[in-house]
Amino acid sequence: MGLATREAYGKALVELGAQNKNVVVLDADLSKSTKTADFAKEFSDRFINVGIAEQNLMGISAGLANYGKIPFASTFAVFATGRAFEVIRNSICYPKLNVKVAATHSGITVGEDGGSHQSVEDIALMNSLPNMSVFVPADARETEQVIKYAAEHVGPCYIRLGRLNAEDIFDESYEYQFGKGVQITEGSDATIIATGLMTAMARTAANQLREEGINVRVIHMPTIKPIDRTIIEKAARETKFILTCEEHSIIGGLGSIVASVTSETYPTKVVKLGMNDVFGESGTPADLLEKFGLTPANIVKMVKEQL
Amino acid sequence: MENLQIAANNVRKNIVRMIHESKSGHPGGSLSAAEILTYLYFKEMNVDPADAKNPNRDRFVLSKGHAAPVLYAALAERGFISEDILPTLRKIGSPLQGHPDSKKVEGVDVSTGSLGQGVSNAVGLALGSKLDGSTSRVYTLLGDGEMQEGLVWEALMSAAHYKLDNLVVFIDNNGLQIDGKNEDVMDLGDIEAKLNAFGFNTHSIDGHSYEAIEASLNNARETKGKPTAVLCKTIKGRGVSFMENSPAWHGTAPSADDLAKAIEELSQEVTA
Repeated sequence: MGLATREAYGKALVELGAQNKNVVVLDADLSKSTKTADFAKEFSDRFINVGIAEQNLMGISAGLANYGKIPFASTFAVFATGRAFEVIRNSICYPKLNVKVAATHSGITVGEDGGSHQSVEDIALMNSLPNMSVFVPADARETEQVIKYAAEHVGPCYIRLGRLNAEDIFDESYEYQFGKGVQITEGSDATIIATGLMTAMARTAANQLREEGINVRVIHMPTIKPIDRTIIEKAARETKFILTCEEHSIIGGLGSIVASVTSETYPTKVVKLGMNDVFGESGTPADLLEKFGLTPANIVKMVKEQL
Repeated sequence: MENLQIAANNVRKNIVRMIHESKSGHPGGSLSAAEILTYLYFKEMNVDPADAKNPNRDRFVLSKGHAAPVLYAALAERGFISEDILPTLRKIGSPLQGHPDSKKVEGVDVSTGSLGQGVSNAVGLALGSKLDGSTSRVYTLLGDGEMQEGLVWEALMSAAHYKLDNLVVFIDNNGLQIDGKNEDVMDLGDIEAKLNAFGFNTHSIDGHSYEAIEASLNNARETKGKPTAVLCKTIKGRGVSFMENSPAWHGTAPSADDLAKAIEELSQEVTA
């Protein structure tokens, strides 16, 4: 296992802080969990804790961006995108301000804290906002690159990060490209399009299927908005069906977005693996992933069912 | 102060004119804030229409964004925008949106309208100024009804915590909101005591008196280590007799007859 994406975020912020004095970091009393505490330690004058007040977190970030700063605002995904949704909408996206909402503890792998703290709708919420770009990196290396990209990108960004240690997918040669999907394995029988920690599981599933003579193309989507329409249309044309995998509701998430692209470009069957219109609950991350079917074994099963 | 009176009178006339033209908008809470905005734009703030984006300028945030007409009228009076565009308020293609849009209007520092958010943005601007060691100051105007929003108190708490003595929060305390009197809809209690308890340097003044506005702002500049709040007692609809103290004129456009009466009254005020 590699580092969690939140750990990589914390390290990337420290590097950014040294390179660019306009980078400021805000948190809402969760800095040890979101890993913004690393930045706070190095650059205490540019770290702003707003206390347990997520709406104000976003409003102050908007004001700082308006002043010319590059604010990274962090808390858990459920509070960032849910509690503060309308502040992100009206104070950040409507005026197109340069705020980076980097939310950790997304999805069910929050674990023991339970369903109240497990965000399964944040991609849907953030994707619906004009001017917003949405990122879901898969591993530590990619996270570092996404954070550096976001700092240079002018405009609002939402970066979805996880609590759990993430399997390393990319090596040193990897270069993140904005708005581009990444083909991880070749194959023409079926396509799996995955994001976040599900990409590693999709790769594991594809390796198993290959041993059984089934060649599956795995595409990783680090950028959810703007979505890579070209790579989706190509997969729709060249393979028999598409299975989407996400640690998020199948309503309004990656699955919905992919299906919306295929319906306009090359209609094909899109099967969705994710949270099936349900909230999560307490448990270890491993038990929860098993319970909700977010496992390589279930991906293998779903692919076989369609062939 | 006489020039300020003339400017505020023009601002008031333009408020009723543009809301009549657009057939929608908020006259009551725009008229009540005419002296506050006029003083800020003509006497207090370091702003220059010829250099509108100067990073060291002072900022104004109209947190009560529905009072957009008073902001547009003040910006026109101060030369940021042309008076000619005022009649386009709220019309298709106009930069003068129903609530202020910073992307569309020179001089509008922050897009507002969703209540409670402007003051939070103002805290961010004041923090940015502090981080840069800039002399730029930040002024924001809240409605009293707006103080029912929880975000307002999150923002005020953080302004005191970060010792933002470069921030002045005005409250347009006209006592009325859409559904009636503040005290009937949701009683705000002793606002000044609350602001004091939140760590503010506070003033309670007549919000139509330039002398009182000036004194509070001079004191704000001298006050170190804490933000200033100025609770302005105002009359909603001030300057137009039939609009004064009437919740009905919170969000109603004047007819042609109403407009004629309003302009006549306002014209007498300035010669009197």
